[in-house]
Amino acid sequence: MTNENLIQYIYSIADNSLILGQRLGELCGHGPTLETDIAITNIALDLLGQTRSYYQYVAELSKEDLTEDDVAFLRKEREYKNVLLVEQPNTDFAYIIARQYFFDVYHFLLLEKMMDSKNVNLQAIAKKSMKEVAYHKRFSGDWLKRLGDGTEESHQKMQQAVKDLWVYTDELFHMNEDDEIVTKAGFGIDNAALKDAYYQEIEALLKESTIEIPTTSYFQKGGKKGIHTEHMGYILADMQYMQRTYPDMKW
Amino acid sequence: MKNNENMKEQEKQTKSLEEVFEAKIARDEKIEPKDWMPEKYRKTHIRQISQHAHSEIVGMLPEGNWITRAPSLRRKVALLAKVQDEAGHGLYLYSACETLGISREEMYEQLHSGKAKYSSIFNYPTLTWADMGAIGWLVDGAAIINQVPLCNTSFGPYARAMVRVCKEESFHQRQGYEIMMTLCNGTQEQKEMAQDALNRWWWPSLMMLGPTDDESTHTEQSMKWKLKRKTNDELRQQFIDQTVPQADILGLTIPDADLKYNNDTGHYDFGEIDWEEFWQVVKGHGMCNKERISARKNAWENGKWVRDAAVAYAEKQAEKQAVKKAV
Repeated sequence: MTNENLIQYIYSIADNSLILGQRLGELCGHGPTLETDIAITNIALDLLGQTRSYYQYVAELSKEDLTEDDVAFLRKEREYKNVLLVEQPNTDFAYIIARQYFFDVYHFLLLEKMMDSKNVNLQAIAKKSMKEVAYHKRFSGDWLKRLGDGTEESHQKMQQAVKDLWVYTDELFHMNEDDEIVTKAGFGIDNAALKDAYYQEIEALLKESTIEIPTTSYFQKGGKKGIHTEHMGYILADMQYMQRTYPDMKW
Repeated sequence: MKNNENMKEQEKQTKSLEEVFEAKIARDEKIEPKDWMPEKYRKTHIRQISQHAHSEIVGMLPEGNWITRAPSLRRKVALLAKVQDEAGHGLYLYSACETLGISREEMYEQLHSGKAKYSSIFNYPTLTWADMGAIGWLVDGAAIINQVPLCNTSFGPYARAMVRVCKEESFHQRQGYEIMMTLCNGTQEQKEMAQDALNRWWWPSLMMLGPTDDESTHTEQSMKWKLKRKTNDELRQQFIDQTVPQADILGLTIPDADLKYNNDTGHYDFGEIDWEEFWQVVKGHGMCNKERISARKNAWENGKWVRDAAVAYAEKQAEKQAVKKAV
């Protein structure tokens, strides 16, 4: 395993937090209540905080003289390794909650295993992030129940969001080449092994929320190999705007 | 005859209640929500506290405009946290106001219909990253000057909320100044960005402290109730005196040719404020008035089904609990 393998592996974890944090950041000031606004901003803050820890570690590992901001803002679209799920737009509150819950359950299972990584840095980040993600999962799961088993309208919206976003869940368990190498070395996590627990947990909560479990066997993938949806270019255009327009400056 | 006597008795009681109330304020004691208070006191406080709460949540929008484009991760996180603090301020202030017998929904309706005002400064657009610095430095700076005296105002819930708000605002102001400092120590382009932001935010910040004393309608009564300790003009002078040396440290020029230190008064003399612009924005014709209100309305209206769902779900859960208990 080379440092480059490890860096690529970290991207496939950290980029999820960055892009989802960025998406949630769009919502600040626009939530359905002040309380949910504050809670969603909290989640964004946690995710971006985690992102910084990962990228600071990447900067240490890299042969080049990188900073966390070079890593966050100056890669090309193909170099971001987040799953397609997290780049999906804030269509409505039901989508925001479904996207969050689908990600949180995976994120929690991943970190739980990562606490036993042989890599002390990843282990430390996992330990710190676990507490945060346990809260994220409670927030999104509680809202999924409220919307699923709330009014007729909320039920329909929640059902639609679950149906539309379901196709992005399978990719969470894909392993790219770097994932395989880093996992063999005892640093990474075997995503495929999380899959059963993931769907069990999700299906139980969907059932409790009176939401039908989608039955499709067609799933979308690509993000983990750097092939993203059309949304990604716009996310990066916003996010990278300052760094691209005013290169090499301190902010 | 008997009726007349009753009325007289009532008047006497009200008068003595009023005396007790005024004596309390004179002794610097707090008025609490359950205490008797004159109707005018209640109304004035609802107006001011809700206006303040609205300013916090409308104020999230111009800064929220830069969250996705913040130039570094550190700045992105700090900006998110700052805007979140403002949501928190909105929350305490709405809660303080609710103790006076108005609901949050009613307050939102007043904001959306234009009946309730919010600080006009948030109707100016945020055009560059430097605006995040200028807002923190100038707008939060002016807000602090307005708000510090409110930590000792007579209405207890408002005064207590303000203690916390002021602590956070002063942190925001330092954070904004630090953004400006970084820009001013940066490249020529960054310095120009900082100067441009100061040029655009300076005058609106002075206007933020309110119309001149002779135009201000509420000052006298507000002074009596300790909702105000200094007049608008005094506060404005204090803001200018405090801010000009800070601009000097940054190496920026205040966009006022008449600004000059007056050795006799020990204060800065300054140029004429464009009150026509002030009233234009107050009356709803600033660059972003429509956008700000429509963003708030959209958030509220698009969130209705979410709030309804939460209520429906809670009711269903309560029913289930009740059935369980009965069994």
